[in-house]
Amino acid sequence: MISTVEKKYVIFKLEEEFYGLPISNVLSIERVSKITRIPNSPKYVLGLINLRGDVIPVIDLNIKLGFKSTKVNNSSRIIVIKDDEMIVGLMVDSSSEVLDISEESIDKPPASQSNELLEYVDGIGKTPGRIIILLNVKKLLKH
Amino acid sequence: MESDLKQYMNLFIEESKEHLQSMNDALLVLEKEKNNRELINEIFRVAHTLKGMAGTMGFTNMANLTHEMENVLDEIRNKGIKLSEDIVDILFECFDALDEIISYISEKGEEIDEQKDELISKLRGILKEEKIQESIEKGYDKEDKRLDEFVLNVIAEAKEKGFNPYKIQVYLRPDCMLKSARAFIVFNLLEKLGTIVYSNPSVEDIEDEKFDFSFTIILLTNATREELIEEIYGISEIDNVEVDLIQIEEKNKEKKIDNEKEMIMPNAKKEEKISNMRVVQDQGKKRIAKTVRVDIERLDSLMNLVSELIIVKTRIDELKDNSNIEEMTYAIEYLERITTSLHDAVMKVRMVPIERVFNRFPRMVRDLSKELDKKVNLVMHGENTEVDRTVIDEIGDPLIHLIRNSLDHGIEKTEDRIKLGKSEVGNILLKAYPDGNNVVIELSDDGNGIDFNKVKEKAVQIGLCTYEEVNEFSEEDLKNMLFEPGFSTSESITELSGRGVGLDVVKNKIESINGSIELETVKNKGTKFTIRIPLTLAIIQALLIKVANETYAIPLSSITEIIIIDKDNIRNLQGQEITLYRGKTIPIVRLDKLLGLNADEMTNEHIAVVVRKGDKEAALLVTSLIGQQEIVIKPLGKYLSNIRMFSGATILGNGNISLIIDVNSLI
Repeated sequence: MISTVEKKYVIFKLEEEFYGLPISNVLSIERVSKITRIPNSPKYVLGLINLRGDVIPVIDLNIKLGFKSTKVNNSSRIIVIKDDEMIVGLMVDSSSEVLDISEESIDKPPASQSNELLEYVDGIGKTPGRIIILLNVKKLLKH
Repeated sequence: MESDLKQYMNLFIEESKEHLQSMNDALLVLEKEKNNRELINEIFRVAHTLKGMAGTMGFTNMANLTHEMENVLDEIRNKGIKLSEDIVDILFECFDALDEIISYISEKGEEIDEQKDELISKLRGILKEEKIQESIEKGYDKEDKRLDEFVLNVIAEAKEKGFNPYKIQVYLRPDCMLKSARAFIVFNLLEKLGTIVYSNPSVEDIEDEKFDFSFTIILLTNATREELIEEIYGISEIDNVEVDLIQIEEKNKEKKIDNEKEMIMPNAKKEEKISNMRVVQDQGKKRIAKTVRVDIERLDSLMNLVSELIIVKTRIDELKDNSNIEEMTYAIEYLERITTSLHDAVMKVRMVPIERVFNRFPRMVRDLSKELDKKVNLVMHGENTEVDRTVIDEIGDPLIHLIRNSLDHGIEKTEDRIKLGKSEVGNILLKAYPDGNNVVIELSDDGNGIDFNKVKEKAVQIGLCTYEEVNEFSEEDLKNMLFEPGFSTSESITELSGRGVGLDVVKNKIESINGSIELETVKNKGTKFTIRIPLTLAIIQALLIKVANETYAIPLSSITEIIIIDKDNIRNLQGQEITLYRGKTIPIVRLDKLLGLNADEMTNEHIAVVVRKGDKEAALLVTSLIGQQEIVIKPLGKYLSNIRMFSGATILGNGNISLIIDVNSLI
C-alpha cells in the first residue's frame, strides 16, 4: 500500500477563488473587529487589532496579492498566522473549512507568466470539484 | 545518569558563572594588592569548587585546568611566594579560558574538545621556577627530587639511548679568585664529554658569580663515573667533586596518576570536602546580595497580568463617571491602590543592579590599557543603581563602545600627559544614579577632549557640509555632528575603534530604549557623556491627544509644556513653519498632515504640545487633548519594524488601540 502524505490546509476565499494556508502557520480565525489605521504604512497594511490584549497588525490579502481592496462584510474574517516571531492577521473574504490535501495532488505553480500573484503561490491543490491556490506564508510576510 | 546530569546543567552553569565573577573580582583586586593572602585564598577556593563541580559533571578539561590552578595557588599560598605581574596575567588567562569553557558548555551543552595544554604548561612553568628558586634557598639536598619534568623526561630518554645521567657536584677551593671563570672551564670540559641538561645555579647566575663555592650539573654522557672525576680534578682550584648516577624514581609518575584519579573521580569524601569549602566561601564573600533566580518569562507573564489589570482599572474609571454609587468609588480607589503597588512590586522584581553591566568593565579597561600602553584608572560609582532587566541587556554595548573610545581617543599617552602637566594615570569615571523615572549614567574621562577643529575638517572631508558652512556652526551643531554615521576623528584606525562604527550606533541604541545621550567636552580637560535611560520600558505615563478624530499617545517624559499658539504667531520660513517659544524659535509640526489627516481649522488658536529631544524642541499641533494616563506599551511587532513614527501601541480602556508617537523621529 502506498502511503500518501497529507497536509491540512485552512481554506479561505478571496472574491471567487479558493486559497489555502498550511494549518501549522494558522493561530486562529477571527471575526473582524475595530482596526486602528497606521499612518504612513504600506497600502496593504490595514492597521492594528486588539486580539485579547495583544496588538496585531492586519494586512489586506486582496491588496497584497494585487487585487482590489477587500469589502468588509459579515462573512469577512481575519486569519491570524504566525511565522518565526511574526504574528500577522490576514483579512480575507470568508473562511470556513480545513482540508486534507495529499502531496501528489499538488501541482507546481505555472512558471511561465510573471504575475504578481504567482510570487506568493507554493502550489495548486486539486480537490474534487475545486482548485485551491496554496500560498507561501514566508513570502506573504515580506514587505 | 545522563539525564540526571542534564538536570543539574543549568545549576552548574549559573553557579560556575557566579564563581567566575567572584574570581574575576578577586583577580582585579589582587593585581593591585599582590600581597593580599585572603584574595589568593578566595581564588584558590573558587578554583577548587569549580574543579569539584566540573569533575562531577564530567568536564575533564575544565577539571584539569582548575586542578593546575589549584596547585599553583596552593604553592603560592603555602610558600608565601611573591606574586609577579606574569603570574597574575597567567591567572587572568586561566579565567578567560574558564569563561570560554563555561560559555561553550552553556551554548552547546557539552565541553569544548580542546585541552588547555598551553595554559597548563604555563601554570606548571610557575611552579618550576618557584621550585628551583626554593631549592637554592633550602640548599641542594632536595634538588634531585625536585627536578622539573622537562629534565626528567630528557634524562629518561637519554637513558633509553644508553647515556648515563650523572649529577655532578663541584666544590671550588675557598681561595679561588675567579669563581665564574673556573666554573666556565668545568662547563667547557663537561660539554666535551656529554650534554649538560641542568645546572644549579643557572648558567647565567654562575656567569654573574651568583653562587657560593659549589654548583651542581646534570650531565648526560657515556663516560664512566671514574673518567669524569679524573677529568674534573684535572682543573686547578677544585676542592672536591661528587659524581652520582641518577636513578629516576617512578614515584613522580605515580604521584601524577594519583592526582588525576582524584580529580576525575570525585568520591563521597571529596564531595564532603567541597561542601565544607562552600561554607567557608559563603562566609568569605559577604558583599554578594542574596538573589533569587527567576525565569524572565515568568516575570514577563506577571508583567502582562499587571498590564491587563491596568487596562481594567482604566475601564472602571470610565464607568465611574456614569454612576453615583459610592461603593463603586471605594472599590475603584482600592483597585487603584492595588494596581499601583502591584506595579511597583513587579517592577522591583524585574530590577537588577547595573553592576551586571559594570562588572565587566574593570577587566576590559585593564586589558585595553595594557594593550595601548596607557595608564588608566577606572572608578565606578553607583553600581547598585537598579534598572529594568531589558534595559540591562541593551545598555552594555553602547557603554563598551564609549569606554573604548575614552581609552583609545580620550586618554593621552603617559608622556603626553606629563607634558600637559596632568597626572600620569588617566582617570575614567563611570557613575550611575537614579533620577526620577530615569537612570543617569555618566562616563567622564580627563583626557584630551574633542578637538572641534578636527571635527570641522572631518565634516567637510566626509561631505556632511561645505567648508563655508562648517565655520558657521556652533559648538552644539558640531557635537551633534559627532553622532552622524561614519564619523570618527581618530587619525589612525586602531584595532579598538575607528572601524567606521561610530557614536551614531551608540546613539541609535540608546534612543531605541527611549534614552538620550549628551556630550560635554573641554579641550585638554576631558569628555563627559551623560546617558539617560528610562527605569522601565513597559509602562509609562503618557498624554492622550486627538488629531482629527484619531487618538494618539505622546510619552509624558518627552513633553515640555502644552501651549496655545495664535495663528498669527506662526511664521513660514522657507517652507518650514516656526514659532517663538520662550525666546527661541522652534519648528511647528502639523500632526494632521504628518498622519495623513485633515483637521479643520475652526479657530485662530492652536493647541500645541511642546516636545523635546535632548535640547531640541518642537511644537506639535493637535486637535484636542484627552488627558494624562498610565499606558502599557505594546510593541508593534517584527512585521512593522520599519515603521518609524511610532514606538508602539497601547490598548485603551474601551479596548481601542492608540499609537504612541515616537517624538525622537519627529524632531
